[in-house]
Amino acid sequence: MFEIVEKTYLNPSMTKMVIKAPLVAAKAQAGQFIILRVDEFGERIPLTIADYDREKGTVTIIYQKVGKTTMLLDTYGAGESISDFVGPLGKASELEGYKRVCVIGGGAGCAIAYPQAKALHEMGTYVDIIAGFRTEDLVILKKEMQRVCSRLTIMTDDGSNGNKGFVTDTLRRSLEIGDTYDLVIAIGPIPMMKAVSELTKEYGIKTIVSMNPIMIDGTGMCGGCRLTVGGKTKFACVDGPDFDGHEVDFDEAMMRLGTFKDLEQRAVREPDCRLMRGAENV
Amino acid sequence: MFNMDKNKTRVPERAPKLRNKTFKEVTATYNVDMAINEANRCLGCKTPACVGACPVNVPIPQFIQKIKDGEFEEAYQIVKTVNSLPAVCGRVCPQETQCESKCVRGLKGESVAIGRLERFVADYHMQNCEEKPVKPASNGHKVAVIGSGPSGLTCAGDLAKLGYQVTIFEALHKAGGVLMYGIPEFRLPKKIVEKEIEDLVSIGVKIETNMVIGKILTLDELFDMGFEAIYLGTGAGLPAFMGIEGEGFVGVYSANEFLTRINLLKAYDDKYDTFIAKPKNVAVIGGGNVAMDAARSAKRLGAENVYIVYRRSENEMPARKEEVHHAKEEEIIFKTLTNPVKIIGDEKGRVTQIECLSMELGEPDASGRRAPIAVEGSNFTMDVDCVIMALGNTPNPLILSVTPGLEANKKGCLTVNPKTMQTSIKNIYAGGDAVTGAATVILAMGAGKQAAKSIDEVLKKRR
Repeated sequence: MFEIVEKTYLNPSMTKMVIKAPLVAAKAQAGQFIILRVDEFGERIPLTIADYDREKGTVTIIYQKVGKTTMLLDTYGAGESISDFVGPLGKASELEGYKRVCVIGGGAGCAIAYPQAKALHEMGTYVDIIAGFRTEDLVILKKEMQRVCSRLTIMTDDGSNGNKGFVTDTLRRSLEIGDTYDLVIAIGPIPMMKAVSELTKEYGIKTIVSMNPIMIDGTGMCGGCRLTVGGKTKFACVDGPDFDGHEVDFDEAMMRLGTFKDLEQRAVREPDCRLMRGAENV
Repeated sequence: MFNMDKNKTRVPERAPKLRNKTFKEVTATYNVDMAINEANRCLGCKTPACVGACPVNVPIPQFIQKIKDGEFEEAYQIVKTVNSLPAVCGRVCPQETQCESKCVRGLKGESVAIGRLERFVADYHMQNCEEKPVKPASNGHKVAVIGSGPSGLTCAGDLAKLGYQVTIFEALHKAGGVLMYGIPEFRLPKKIVEKEIEDLVSIGVKIETNMVIGKILTLDELFDMGFEAIYLGTGAGLPAFMGIEGEGFVGVYSANEFLTRINLLKAYDDKYDTFIAKPKNVAVIGGGNVAMDAARSAKRLGAENVYIVYRRSENEMPARKEEVHHAKEEEIIFKTLTNPVKIIGDEKGRVTQIECLSMELGEPDASGRRAPIAVEGSNFTMDVDCVIMALGNTPNPLILSVTPGLEANKKGCLTVNPKTMQTSIKNIYAGGDAVTGAATVILAMGAGKQAAKSIDEVLKKRR
């Protein structure tokens, strides 16, 4: 069992949890992920590591309540325990050797973009951050992000923070006025990562995206997390989760992410529905 | 005294039309009368060929003699001396190509049903023996086993019996490896696997789940923690896909994913949150045991039409005859000499059809089987909403990729000395699918056994 040490609501739909997992904390690196299972009957879901504290032996995750498992997880509080917490999985982000980096986060993706920016900042890299949210009420980690970059631009879809538009609008503007980057990191919803990658391709800027597909084991066994990258089948769990944004087939990834969408929506709407009823258990 | 019936004593099976709607076990275990009746078919050969054909050399005539004598617990104990998982082997071993293939009775009629008898004594023991096996005195040596599949469990069991302090590290949340995630409930009830594992725990084996070795701890760190030898039973990891158009569509699964959702995560049980689509028309690509398992599971989830799509003919199918027979009885439709060339989907990216080519058989290929050759222009489509790729697996590359000095062949199979099972690194041993690529439970167990013996020979000399 893994104890929840701390639980904080970041906004109405996003929650931060600090989990006691000393062995995972000892090895965790930016860009890696964990798989958790809330209880004996739960699904295994992957979540990217948002932060870790090797001394305290804790790993921080930030999740958005979007499906059955995250809603169930959200009913747990500090002091309670979840049954499984596996990691660190996947390859760590390769952040060394860059001079000027633009880190872009979209919504919950900021939870993962932030530690990357922090790691780069601590290495002495010049960092700009562009963060996008649907509306001002949903903005998370503003202070934290401010501390680890030279320039933070927050965009909202509805303009409620006075800065209406997409993250790509800001990126395009800054590239047009002559800002140069040798790396762009984009983490967020697939359409956002796709749009950023298309833009940076025009400018020939290397772009890393972090993929978070459907996954079971996280060790390469199930093949559920497969993506097409540069025309080849890759497994996000062992080959990623970071990939070259100019090579990823985002449309396919978007499609595959919707595999259980109908079931998921039903599960959320009718928590007691017998959605998995298959064979009769006679 | 001897039972000279040419045929095996029949075993009750659930009726196909009923059983293809339930995950309950298909075949029953012999009752006492059936077991004695079948045991009496064994001639008790002085130089038994069956024993040599068993990868772990179960003393077959000896345990069958005890059944004849009505001493069932004693019979079990004889099997258990060499086989840590008799209830599992009695169910999933391909006896027809191993022990039973060499049985003298098989020359005229059917061989003795060694597998069914093994299963009988194992189940008898589980039902009638309350006593937990006794933990042997510790010899002070620590051994780490990576992976809790059949190979790792066997290695751990054999070493624990000798007094070693064994810790098994398992990546998933439940121990058992392929016995838990791969082989379906209707062939191998999970309670049986859990019981066999509980017995290992009673003799002192520690099991640490949720531990992905290579990530959370390296092999070097395990040595630093005081483990003197490591056995890698990490199994066949990566599922193969065909590399044809449309494999990314929603509704295309690897057999590993499909079966894991059903077996480990119990998607058929309402109590669990596991998602699985309920397809109507399913094409399972492949002709091995895993393909049969996937097809029969899909049928049990309520699919109307389930097809086995295989590019050679039924004669070349690698699946056990019994599995093919069971699948056919359960109304699985066999499309042999058929090879998919493309998966077709709708605008939402969901599978709607597969396009296939008819094949014919040519000269034998490298595998010794007649090679399938495409009949040009024979393209046709089948309406399906689910495609399951059961094309085999390559070994899990995780540990290999983070352990300098560990050697493997081109396919990623770890290289070992076949006599000692030692890898290219001293004190690191390996066996099972990690070494052979996808194979059988019993071969993996044989390798685990061999490695345990080698580890014991090295470590007992210390101190």
